[in-house]
Parts: sequence; structure tokens; C-alpha cells
Amino acid sequence: MSYRSDTTLWILQRASAAVLALCVSVHLFTIVYAVRGGLSAAEILARTRGNNAWLAFYSLFVLAVAVHAPIGLRAIAIEWLGWRGRSRDVCAFLFAAALAWMGMRAILAVFL
Amino acid sequence: MLRVRVWRGSSEGSLETYEVPRHASQTVLDVVTHIQRHLDPSLAYRYACRVGMCGSCAMTVNGVPRWTCRTHVDKVAGNGALEIRPLRNLPVIRDLVTDMREFFDKWERAKGHFEGAKTKADDFARVPPGTEERKAADAGIECIGCAVCYAACDVVGWNPDYLGPAALNRAWTLVRDVRDEKTLERLRAVAGDAGCHACHTHMSCTERCPKHLSPTAAIAGLKREVARRSMDGSL
Repeated sequence: MSYRSDTTLWILQRASAAVLALCVSVHLFTIVYAVRGGLSAAEILARTRGNNAWLAFYSLFVLAVAVHAPIGLRAIAIEWLGWRGRSRDVCAFLFAAALAWMGMRAILAVFL
Repeated sequence: MLRVRVWRGSSEGSLETYEVPRHASQTVLDVVTHIQRHLDPSLAYRYACRVGMCGSCAMTVNGVPRWTCRTHVDKVAGNGALEIRPLRNLPVIRDLVTDMREFFDKWERAKGHFEGAKTKADDFARVPPGTEERKAADAGIECIGCAVCYAACDVVGWNPDYLGPAALNRAWTLVRDVRDEKTLERLRAVAGDAGCHACHTHMSCTERCPKHLSPTAAIAGLKREVARRSMDGSL
């Protein structure tokens, strides 16, 4: 990878971290708030099903995770395993795709 | 008497114990010199100026990288015991002498040399001492190249390609030097996961720098500048 792509990845990781700081706060606050009335699948689905705002929020959350985590793992791969080069980048990308796919699948399961 | 354990050998070796008399205002370098002159002339170590200018006497003292000529025994050997090893993260040539080629090669890789536009036919560049430009370049300029920061850095240990705090501090000093013309080339050289983006901001370099510089701040500056130039498309 060149200095340009390394720099782009660094900026993406910083930006996604800022998004995650907000998303995690909202997510945790919602959990604490929502469980006060008892927690049930029906109650969760009543809040999320057909709700475009939650769909947009959690889509952004998943996207930020899918960007942030693989870039961090890519750095850990160098430092802990000495693993660099194309194979590492392909694996990081596949991991990003897996996170995005699993995350969006979970969101759609409670939205539809 | 001081009980001093000293590394003997190269990458393979062991600690040997010596008894060294205590003196007032004794430095760790004095202790090593006493061993070499009076107890074992085969001990290899490196020093030159003895006054904290040349950066050649750094060693690991009781687990901490330090400039030994300015480190008083009183400060580091509370229980009367010293353990002296070569600097970490550098190949050991013999005993307390490390091979510093990689350390200085990385300065070159980070484009750590000044390149101005003026020739000897031009007048002097004038950067008055009180200006922001001069203060910016001054922040990291007193580095003596002792490699204490490099030995203190965990990232260097994990990622041997990492340029390290001293080379990046030098690069940032030149980026901040208004007379220098090679800012873009330098930023390209230090961007990436063997350069400034590898830094974890542990601040071990800043904690250990005997000149009280902050390579961490320099590296953060490089990250900022690289990001800025990357986003405006000039990198």
C-alpha cells in the first residue's frame, strides 16, 4: 500500500471513530432507557419495525464499524504477526464486508 | 560499594556482576568507566563528550533507557544496585555497544536533512528568534540523536520498519522550518504504517527524552499535516 492509501485509511479510521463515539453513546443510552420498562422481543420490534430513523441510525453505526475495525486489525496484523502486503489487505477487506453484511442483516431483521 | 550487573556478549550473553566504589556526584557513565579501567578492560561501551551533547553514551539502566553521562547513580540506584544493558531495539555489537546504523538510516528515509532553495550566492535567510516560524522549528531542534526514544518505543519493537520517534521528530522540525523546500517529499516519506501513522501515542519517547523534547507532539503534527494535505489533494 502506498502512503496515499495508508493516509486515506488513517483518515477513515479517525472519522469512523468520531461517528462511533456518537453511535455507541446513543446505543448505550437507548439500552439503559429501554430496559426500564422490562425487556421483550415484542417491545424491541415495536420500536424498530418500520422505523426509518432507527434504520438510518443503525445503518450508519454498522457502516462505521465495518470501516473502523478492519483498519485497526490491519495495523495489529503488522505489529503482532508481522503480516503485511496484499494478502493482509484482502483479508481486512473481506472482514469489512463480513461485518457490513452481518450488521445489515441484523438491522433488516428488526426493521422489516 | 555498588553492586553492578553489566551485560556481556552480543545478542547472546549474560550479566556479570562487579563491585564499584560509590562516590559523590557519580554518574552511571563513571561507573561503567571504572569497570573498564580498573576491573575488566575488555568491557566495550561508547561515549564521547561526557556532558550530554553528543548522544553516544545511552544505555539501559535498571530497565530504563538513559543518557548515562548525565544520570546520577543517586537517582537510579536507590538500593545500591545497578543493572546496565545495551539499548533496546538495536542490534548489539558487543557488551554495551549497539549498532546504530538502522537508527540513522531511518532519519535519511524520513528525509531528515535540510534542503533549502538558496545558494551560497544568496543572502542569509532571516528568521527572527521571536517569530512563530522560528519557535515552531525550535520545538524539536535540540535532539542529540542518542536513540533513547527509539529504545523506549514499543512500536519500534513490534514493527521494525517503523521510522521511530527521533527520525519523525527530525522530519517535523524540517516541515516547520520555513527555509526548507522539501515539505511534500518529506510528508510522503513519513506517511503510512511504517511512518507517523504507526504511532500509538504511548508517549514513552516523550517520557524518556533526556532533552525533554516531545517526539509525540511532532508525530501528531505530522499526522495532522499529512491529513490536511491529503484532503486538499496536494500530497
